[in-house]
Amino acid sequence: MSANSSLRNRFERGLSAPICLTWELTYACNLACTHCLSSSGRRDPNELSTHEAKSLIDEIASMQIFYINVGGGEPMIRRDFFELIEHAVAQKVGVKFSTNGTRIDRAAARRLAGIDYLDVQISIDGADAATSDRLRGAGSYDAARRAMDHLKNANFGPFKISVVMTRESIEQLDDFEGLASMYGAQLRLTRLRPSGRAVEQWDKLHPTLRQNRDLYQWLLARPTVLTGDSFFHLSALGESLEGLNLCGAGRVVCLIDPVGDVYACPFVIHEEFRAGNVRVAGFSDVWTKSELFRSLRGPGNPGACGSCGSYDACRGGCMAAKFFTGLEPTDPDPECVFGHGETALAAKRVVLRPTSSPDHSRRIPVSLSAR
Amino acid sequence: MLAEPSTTFDPAAAWRVNTQVSLRDEAFGAMAYHHGTRRLVFLKSPELVELVRSLERYESAHQAIDAVVASSQHDRYKTALSSLATSEIICER
Repeated sequence: MSANSSLRNRFERGLSAPICLTWELTYACNLACTHCLSSSGRRDPNELSTHEAKSLIDEIASMQIFYINVGGGEPMIRRDFFELIEHAVAQKVGVKFSTNGTRIDRAAARRLAGIDYLDVQISIDGADAATSDRLRGAGSYDAARRAMDHLKNANFGPFKISVVMTRESIEQLDDFEGLASMYGAQLRLTRLRPSGRAVEQWDKLHPTLRQNRDLYQWLLARPTVLTGDSFFHLSALGESLEGLNLCGAGRVVCLIDPVGDVYACPFVIHEEFRAGNVRVAGFSDVWTKSELFRSLRGPGNPGACGSCGSYDACRGGCMAAKFFTGLEPTDPDPECVFGHGETALAAKRVVLRPTSSPDHSRRIPVSLSAR
Repeated sequence: MLAEPSTTFDPAAAWRVNTQVSLRDEAFGAMAYHHGTRRLVFLKSPELVELVRSLERYESAHQAIDAVVASSQHDRYKTALSSLATSEIICER
């Protein structure tokens, strides 16, 4: 992907439809990751029905949205999972879905391998069971590896291994690269956001300044590693990383949650960033008419970052990371590579951290082996 | 530059939009998505979009350029088509 700065300005004013639409199919999940950004666990009784979901896919196709990022919860828990993704790809809406892999057995892997326009991302959060399971729960790493084995045996092709960069996992970059290479898979690294249950994990899990600098160099040397454009705040260190390098919230990306609520991006499932619901007048209506989205597409206020020579590179960073750490939209990113975010946080007398408003966390701990 | 210019782009040949590609109009031009390579490419002018869409109506890329693009811009648009050929957004037919 390439975009010059005039094109980036154009993107910041919004597009006719999102480039990247994330759709969380369900809040139900058989894991209980400590850093889940959608606070998933229990299914919401109000989730879109199969019929509603198919109508939404039809609308997505008519808006010429090229592909959807499907997540959850664990999307494969929905009984109509295959019916929905097959409905999407039949209309040339590509599907990239994220899964913990627990539902990918030999039969599921074969079925997935037979579907065109489909990408699978298996999530792990460590290059070994001990590291990954600390965040994702006992047995989750082995389950993910079994899913990878099944995909490989089914000749699925290059699936993706998706890792959130935490203070621990970021020390294992070369191991992840080795694992991906062993499977002929693509490595995908994304930024830890302090969203959902990660609000409470942020302080101990987010990478240090030094780790972020090392990650930036590592990524610069490996432009084929996928990042979902999530490290643009690091581009202030010099040369831009691959991607659009902007906050796309409400401009080129958005999120539809399992009950049809539309949020500005996958990392701000909070009432303050809710733009509307697809059940009212359809998704297109929300995308084009939402007051929230219109304001996000207006001229941004660089705030304190305006006087920093690197604003053009990092655009002040991630809106969600600021919001959930208690910073203002005009403050620097909490992980500003020059430490301005930490200074801004330290200067606040009272830091109010919002919690994610819909919380579907389970009330009792779950164990994968007990299922 | 959208991509490195191809050395294999033959403007005398007949071209068309790759069947694996979806084009979506935007105010700046269009976005093209290749479902096979999963690459997103930006066509940064409405004229380029018109040219790309017209390719299949002409016996060569040259003819399409002659018909759609002002003569002072021919080289620029030939380079753009060459980039699109490299990224497999357009292909020979």
